[in-house]
Amino acid sequence: MTIELSDRVESVGPSGIRRFFEIAEERDDVISLGVGEPDFSTPWAARDAAIASLEQGKTSYTANRGKRELREAISRYVEDRFDLEYGADEEILVTAGASEAVDLAFRAIVDPGDTVAVAQPSYISYEPGVIFAGGEVLSVPTRETDDFRLTVEELERAGAADADVLVICYPNNPTGAIMTRADLEPIAAFAREHDLTVLSDEIYAELTYDDTDHTSIASLKGMRERTVVFNGFSKAHAMTGLRLGYALGPAEAIGAMNRIHQYTMLSAPTTPQYAALEALDSCEDDVRKMVDQYDRRRRFVLSRFREIGMACFEAKGAFYVFPEVPSGWTAEEFAEELLHEQGVAAVPGDVFGDGAEGHLRVSYATGLEDLKEALNRIEAFLEERNEVAPIDDS
Amino acid sequence: MSEREVLELLRENARYSTADIARMTDLEESAVEETIESLEEAGVICGYQPVVDWDELEDERVRAEVELNVMLDRETGYGDIAERLARFPQVTALRLVSGDYDFDMEVEGDSIREVSQFISEKVAPVPEITQTVTHYVMTSYKENGIELGDGDDDDRLSVSP
Repeated sequence: MTIELSDRVESVGPSGIRRFFEIAEERDDVISLGVGEPDFSTPWAARDAAIASLEQGKTSYTANRGKRELREAISRYVEDRFDLEYGADEEILVTAGASEAVDLAFRAIVDPGDTVAVAQPSYISYEPGVIFAGGEVLSVPTRETDDFRLTVEELERAGAADADVLVICYPNNPTGAIMTRADLEPIAAFAREHDLTVLSDEIYAELTYDDTDHTSIASLKGMRERTVVFNGFSKAHAMTGLRLGYALGPAEAIGAMNRIHQYTMLSAPTTPQYAALEALDSCEDDVRKMVDQYDRRRRFVLSRFREIGMACFEAKGAFYVFPEVPSGWTAEEFAEELLHEQGVAAVPGDVFGDGAEGHLRVSYATGLEDLKEALNRIEAFLEERNEVAPIDDS
Repeated sequence: MSEREVLELLRENARYSTADIARMTDLEESAVEETIESLEEAGVICGYQPVVDWDELEDERVRAEVELNVMLDRETGYGDIAERLARFPQVTALRLVSGDYDFDMEVEGDSIREVSQFISEKVAPVPEITQTVTHYVMTSYKENGIELGDGDDDDRLSVSP
């Protein structure tokens, strides 16, 4: 007897990242620029709070929507940092990672046959999430010539005016692109004009550089009522494995998401909620220090790509840069040979969707010594092939 | 502003090359060199040393924290006493502190006997010093902001979305 799988699941293939993971895991001399999570541990104060909560036996369920104290802290935090006003009672839902929030939103908002426009390249979960919810994905590419920002022109060209939902993620994984208030205004206008619900994944919101603070599209005029924002503690507070995120939105949307959440998850894990509370309470300095470190590495990596002659747009967010592979290569070939010959793992952009062809996602969530060595190896790889003459800066 | 940033980077790792510091700060390499030189000349940067975990070496290294109480008089201030003590090469750090005692002094030597002799023969007899309390260091866990011992392994998946 065999178990017959659902068409929905079978229509979604395994992630393209998986194959690279397998090759990289086979070798022990690999320097990985393919990691999508911080190399820092959770700030000690937050870990300590989690431990203390365990010692005190605080291991039962919390309220479905998350501990009230935590929701209040989140409410204060997002107002303080991003000018977002959401009430702790009805407009905030604490989830098991921002990933759960994304899934809940799709299931709460998308009807079978609905069209969900997704700005790409983007994090790999949106497309499967839409499909699992029965919706149809409309890919809207972003371009290197636009610094990988979403434009109204591309939205129109893709036919997003007829879509029901728009998904954006800035600061962006995999490109490192950000969108300023001025960049977001026309997108917001487009969403209002065509009555789109916007799902805005802002998990990297704390990680912006060069004095460009993050702007949430939900803070723009007339957008709050049509937007659900996803954020969490994974990236800024280096808490990926603790799985804690949250959604912010109008009461009806959050209420609908909570309806699914209360039947499927019941409540986000309790211990991480204590860690998160402490993270918001006392770990701002730790976050700033991590951001400073990322920024230095970002500059270092961008400088090195310039020096070795690989074109790379100046990413100002998340912890990724997105260099272009030399002409004549596909990103996949380049990434594969680089891994085989030099033991450097980077993820080919293609796995992140349209607009990413010919690029590599390079994560700088890795110590400087490793970044240095990895860039030296990439340089050697290019030199062996006479691929690029070093650019003379002088 | 760049002074502060360069200083911070050198405090993180004094062996960063000027080229790497330039890459990390978007400064010209020559500007980094000038900044470091001016920090050295101004006496802000007084030296560069490795952070050593002596437990990892065969040779024994004895270190002690010594609390010193002193009695001042009209002719002798803290600075005079400090100057006299700091000249001894065995003294690796010397600070005037608040609280129950006056000076916090760190001493290094090759053996307990050597360190004990130094304190009893060179430090205790100084007329202004009224009391010494010596604490031998048994194990060090963190020095100059760096945790000693095995670092945390990177247990992240090598490739993740």
